[in-house]
Amino acid sequence: MSYFEFLVAHGDLLLSGTLVTAMLAAVSIALAIVLALTAGLMRLAPAGPVRWVATVYIEFFRGTSLLVQLYWIFFVLPLFGLSLDKFTAGFIGVGMNLGAYGAELVRGAILSVPKGQWEAALAINMSPLTRMRRIILPQALVIMLPPWGNLLIELLKGTALVSLISVADLTFQAKQINATTFMSAKAFGTALIIYYVMARFIITPLMRWLERSMARKLGRA
Amino acid sequence: MEQAEDLSQYPLELTGKNVPMVRFKKVAKRYGSLTVLEHLDLDVAEGEMVTIIGPSGSGKTTVLRTLMTLERINEGVIYVDGKPLTHMEKDGKLVPASQKYLRAMRSKIGMCFQHFNLFPHMTALENCMEGPVHVLGIPRKQARERSEELLEMVGMADKRDQHPSRLSGGQQQRVAIARALAMRPKVMLFDEVTSALDPEVIGEVTNVIRRLVSDYNLTMLMVTHQMGFARDISDRVCFFYRGRIEEQAPPSELFGDPKSDRTRQFLSAVKEAV
Ligand SMILES: Nc1ncnc2c1ncn2[C@@H]1O[C@H](COP(=O)(O)OP(=O)(O)OP(=O)(O)O)[C@@H](O)[C@H]1O
Ligand SMILES: [Mg+2]
Repeated sequence: MSYFEFLVAHGDLLLSGTLVTAMLAAVSIALAIVLALTAGLMRLAPAGPVRWVATVYIEFFRGTSLLVQLYWIFFVLPLFGLSLDKFTAGFIGVGMNLGAYGAELVRGAILSVPKGQWEAALAINMSPLTRMRRIILPQALVIMLPPWGNLLIELLKGTALVSLISVADLTFQAKQINATTFMSAKAFGTALIIYYVMARFIITPLMRWLERSMARKLGRA
Repeated sequence: MEQAEDLSQYPLELTGKNVPMVRFKKVAKRYGSLTVLEHLDLDVAEGEMVTIIGPSGSGKTTVLRTLMTLERINEGVIYVDGKPLTHMEKDGKLVPASQKYLRAMRSKIGMCFQHFNLFPHMTALENCMEGPVHVLGIPRKQARERSEELLEMVGMADKRDQHPSRLSGGQQQRVAIARALAMRPKVMLFDEVTSALDPEVIGEVTNVIRRLVSDYNLTMLMVTHQMGFARDISDRVCFFYRGRIEEQAPPSELFGDPKSDRTRQFLSAVKEAV
């Protein structure tokens, strides 16, 4: 069977798997961004308890394995009465995990905005909230975009683990094809190429474009 | 733990004739065991231009930073416009100011920094409009007109749509002055605003400050290492030494006939350096 014939025979499965992976990655990214911003800001809050909640979240999700987290969400939470469908469990797991890493990026970027910016905002009598929103976060965003690019690629690759809770993503479909046809090289080879293309030809250019447009906003381009 | 200070010795507000715009009353500022300001008394009258000179580390910047409320003081009280700045009245007594009180009082004060600290993600005009629109809540159109006027006044009208990264140091500092003025402060603070500038552009900034002195009824407190400029422009010069005012006098007197040996030493050392 030629590779072309392989694609004709199994293309539909690979395509549907790719779409599921892309969807799952997209919602996970949205969740990760929201969580990262929230937890990153909470880590800088003056009130101790607010900081601690964020610290526990970050420590837990960074310190334990994503796969076990997915198992927990999918297999253990139902025992406590919270049942989620596979896809939801998958994106919540991936999103919360990467959100924890993102929170540290947010916090680090905020702290690396020069002290003079905080002081200049205070000198025009800005409230802490306005200062964060209008002065600090926009500059922190520019600082954290490059590491976020790496994080999103990690996230995309991490989505493969959801196949282990039977989400029919790209990895899952490749495994199915392999199980029925035993054409491991073609099945997994194609999956590898698709992951690579999504990372390098979608996420990376998108991030580059974002970085450039942010740089233009700073009048640096 | 340091002993709480008896605040009852300080008046709740300054009354009578000749209430100064700024009064430091027995102000102490410490960083750990390092005393930076030691029971400092300093008055600045309304409309007065006072210059602070002195050796590095003598506490000049700290005076401005405590007045801008960027630093808390350890002892004493600072008054602005007759009312306490660092403290507020509660049940007939002075207590440390709350954030809310500080925000109300801080609106009277503006500051320009050595390194400009313009907001890099905004144009010159947006930098000036930011405070009026997002702090004072002035309508955009009105804020824009006023900001444009101020940029005109500092000679930066033609660069108003440029981001700070496209401006020279002297240009950035002039925008920073306009940004501070846009908040309509009563007191302006300048901390070595020409120290980070190339010599050939210092004049553009000092000329703006000269205009402020002649055309605006602002109270100004300026730290500078430019003795010639200080001499020209100040009503009074304070020589700081180790967190205290060693000597203060009108410029002609302080530069022409300094009383203190330390002042004399400092002035001759500065002269040699030039
Ligand atoms: N945040 C801080 N923590 C500890 N020490 C500080 C801090 N800020 C200032 N100091 C110290 O306080 C002293 C006075 O500092 P200040 O900046 O007021 O001096 P200055 O007169 O402005 O000096 P310069 O001419 O070098 O600007 C210095 O010894 C300085 O090291
Ligand atoms: Mg200084």
